[in-house]
Order: sequence, then C-alpha cells, then structure tokens
Amino acid sequence: MRYPKRVLHFLGLPVLLIALWWVLTLGATNFFVPKPLELLQTFWAVWAGERFLTDFVPSVLRLLVGLGLTILLGVVFGVLIGSVRWLRSLTEPMLEFFRAIPPPVLVPLLMLLVGINDQMKIIVIISGAIWPVLLNTIEGVRAVDPVLSDTFRTYSITGFVRLRHLVLPGASPQIMTGVRQSTSIALILMVISEMFGSSSGLGFTIVLFQRAFAIPEMWSGIVVLGLLGLALSVISKSIENRLLKWYSGLKEVQHAS
Amino acid sequence: MSMKHLNGPALGAAGILLFLVTWEAIPRLGLVNERYLPPASLVMAKFFGYLFQPGFWGSVAHTMTAWTLGLAISIIAASVLGLLIGSSLFLRRATRSTIEFLRPIPSVALIPLAVLLFGLKIESSLLLIVYASFWQVLLQVLSGVADVDPVADNTARSYGLGRMARIRYVVWPTTLPYLITGIRLASAVALILAITAELVIGTPGLGQQIALTQSGGAVAEMYALIVATGLIGVLINTVVRLVEKRVLTWHTSVRGEATT
Repeated sequence: MRYPKRVLHFLGLPVLLIALWWVLTLGATNFFVPKPLELLQTFWAVWAGERFLTDFVPSVLRLLVGLGLTILLGVVFGVLIGSVRWLRSLTEPMLEFFRAIPPPVLVPLLMLLVGINDQMKIIVIISGAIWPVLLNTIEGVRAVDPVLSDTFRTYSITGFVRLRHLVLPGASPQIMTGVRQSTSIALILMVISEMFGSSSGLGFTIVLFQRAFAIPEMWSGIVVLGLLGLALSVISKSIENRLLKWYSGLKEVQHAS
Repeated sequence: MSMKHLNGPALGAAGILLFLVTWEAIPRLGLVNERYLPPASLVMAKFFGYLFQPGFWGSVAHTMTAWTLGLAISIIAASVLGLLIGSSLFLRRATRSTIEFLRPIPSVALIPLAVLLFGLKIESSLLLIVYASFWQVLLQVLSGVADVDPVADNTARSYGLGRMARIRYVVWPTTLPYLITGIRLASAVALILAITAELVIGTPGLGQQIALTQSGGAVAEMYALIVATGLIGVLINTVVRLVEKRVLTWHTSVRGEATT
C-alpha cells in the first residue's frame, strides 16, 4: 500500500471524530462535555505542572513495581507448580477459585490487613493481577513439546539449562498472553486502590475533580488514564513481538504448509 | 501413602482442605489479629447464614442483572459491528487506529463520568461493563472474520452462493469459535466491572454490600461476601466452558487455547 494512503487510513477516522466533536460543541454549553480546545488547555494546565510529580509519577511507580513483582512471582510459582504434577493437582481447584474472585474486592480486604499505604496498593496489584500470569505459565510449562522434553532427558540436560533453553522459551507464548491480561488488571487495580483510600494518585485526583464538578479537569484525568493504558499496551506489544519473533515465524510456516 | 498415588480430584480436595486449615490456624494461633482475619469456620458460618437471607439473594440478583444486561449489550453490539467492519477491507483499515486507541483505556477511568451521568442507577454499572467487555468481543469477531479461508469463500462464490448464504455457511462457522472465545473473556471482565461499580460507586449489589460491611466493621461478613463473589466467578467460568464445549464440539480439537 502506498504511504499517503496509509496515513489517510490511520488519521482519517480520528480526525473526523474530533472535527465532529468540535462542531457539535461549537455553540453548545453542555455542562458534561468540554470543548476540544478547552480540554487541551486544561490538560496542559493540570498535568504539566506539580500534579505530574505528586500524582502521576507515584501512581506509575506503584503500577510498575506491582506489575514487575506480579510477573516475577507468577512465572516463578508457575514454573514450580507446572513442573510438579502432584503440586498442580493439589493447587488447581484453589487457584481456579482465586482467579474467579473479582480482584477489586481485595481492596477493602487488604485495607484491613495491611492498612492504607503504598504497600497496600502494591499488594492489591500483585494479589489481583498474578492469576493470569500464574495460570498461563502453569499451562505453558505443562504443554512443553514432549519430543523436545524427551530429547533433553535423553541427553540428561536438567536443572537451570533445561529451564533456560526448554521450559521458559516453550512456555513464553502463554506467559506473554498472561502478562497482557495481568497488565490491564493491574492498571484497573492501581486506579481503584487510589480511589478508595488515598490522598494522592491518578484515581484519587479524578474522583476529587468529579466531586468538585470540575468537569474539564475530570476529563483531562480520564485522558491521562487512557494514554497510560495505551502506552502500556504499546510497550507490552513491542516486548512481545521481540520475545516471540521465532513463534510468529513458526506459526507462519505452519500455516503456509 | 505417598502423594503420587493419589489421583487428581482427591489431591484437589486435599488442597482445599489444606487451605481452609491454614486459614483457620493463622488467626487462632494469633499470627494475624482475629479482627482483621477471622478464622475460616466463622466466615463459612456467616456464608451459610447468608444463603438463608433474602437480602443476600437480592444483592446477587442486582449484580447478575447488571452482568447479564451489560454482557448481552456488548455481545450484540460487538458482533454486529465486527461483522460489518470485518467484511470490508476499507472499514477494517479505517477503524484500526481508532480501535487501537480506545481499547486500552481502562474502564475504571469512566467511573467519575458514570457517577455524574447516572449516579447510583444501574446505567452506571452498565457503562463500565459494556465499555470493558465490548472490545474483548469486537477484537475476537474481527480476527474471526479475517480468518475466513479465501479458498472456501471463492468456492462458495463459484457455486453461486449469495452474500447472505456465504455469511451463513462460510463466515459464520469460521467466526463462531472466535466469538465464543470473546464471550468467555468478556463474561469474566463483565463480572469484575459489575462488582467494581458496586464497590466504588455504590450501585446496588454484592460489591456495595462488601463496601458496607467493610465500613461497618463487619469483617467476617465481608469475607463471606468475598467468598460468594469468588463462587459466582467459578460458576460463570464453568457454565461458559460448558457452553463452549457444547457449541464447538466439532471444533475444539482443531483450535488450541493458546491463541486466546
């Protein structure tokens, strides 16, 4: 496809929608819908200043620490449970139950157990977002290619080398699927934990704006969360593409044959 | 008898028992204050007590109504739009950037908007549920339509099948497994957002009861309600998997779970 056509496809609909929004709010004074220019100005005024350091940065740090620990713990325990059959049978029903609990209910529970502080928010993220990574890792480890597994056994390759060259690469497509699901749950939990008991952070701030009926400010907060979600999805997709290049290549070959 | 001689379900039951015993022991031994973590027996007693309270079932009904309505709206809207967009190359290309931009916006970002527009009404829950689960179904339907085998489609054309007939016999069977996958993902997400709306906004339902028990200091009751939400989640997962197996008996052997 030619370059200009691609740009047109990429920008066409967004430009059209923004134009529509602009025209529709031109003469109107709908209380709930700010004008595009007004929103842009508010966005800059609210988020470029002090709030960036007092609300945005702490939220993102909590999210990243929580998500990092989630992935680490999920993969470690997933590999452990996935490679030991009796452990898998022993834990399976409990894990299914934990996964089915809607993670936001953990916020009031952990507020009681841990108190209202940064640790609580990070623990909320870990305890709610770990299940997709954990269960997908278990599945991935269990489904490692049996021929390869036997080959490794025949050459008596065990321990770390087996983990590094067979188990982790074999399970990585599944692990990445889990990581993607966990990332979106982690973002939800970051926001909710801040809405509940907090005096700073993105979730706290947008609720504050809403309670004060500061509508353009509230919308600007929604936009910040949207951009954060978008950034996370772009980053995780590029990591996934890099890590799983061999996998998508393999799939293409299989589809072609 | 060593662990290895036990079979799967027996070990699973042992796992549940082990979990309950540990839970019972931690507050009894004073490792965690009983006021914050009541022993399992107490929580289970409260849970069974709830089963005989009409108020509890009222909350369950509220939550499940929002879940059902939200999920139904998302499935219908996403299937219609997905088939429409998916069957035209132009629409697929033109909507791509917008979909990729809107999809990752976390539904909870809309909580303040929902409060302003609808307050404590069920529409607040529906806004969050539909926004979260719509994309799950839409993306699956879009990949389903894109996966239609061109040879099959051309064959159908050569045999003179019209547009509707091709949708019925070529596009639909290809898309169905993807749609079901989308519904499975969406049904879990919809429950999360239904409970979230009740918990944070205060729309009626189990989430609202959890928030009330927490602020009222009824800790054992709070744990019992959390157990209830988990059981509802398990129930939903089980039912959706059964339906999936039912509808896709001809297909499950072909498609692995790995692609979801």
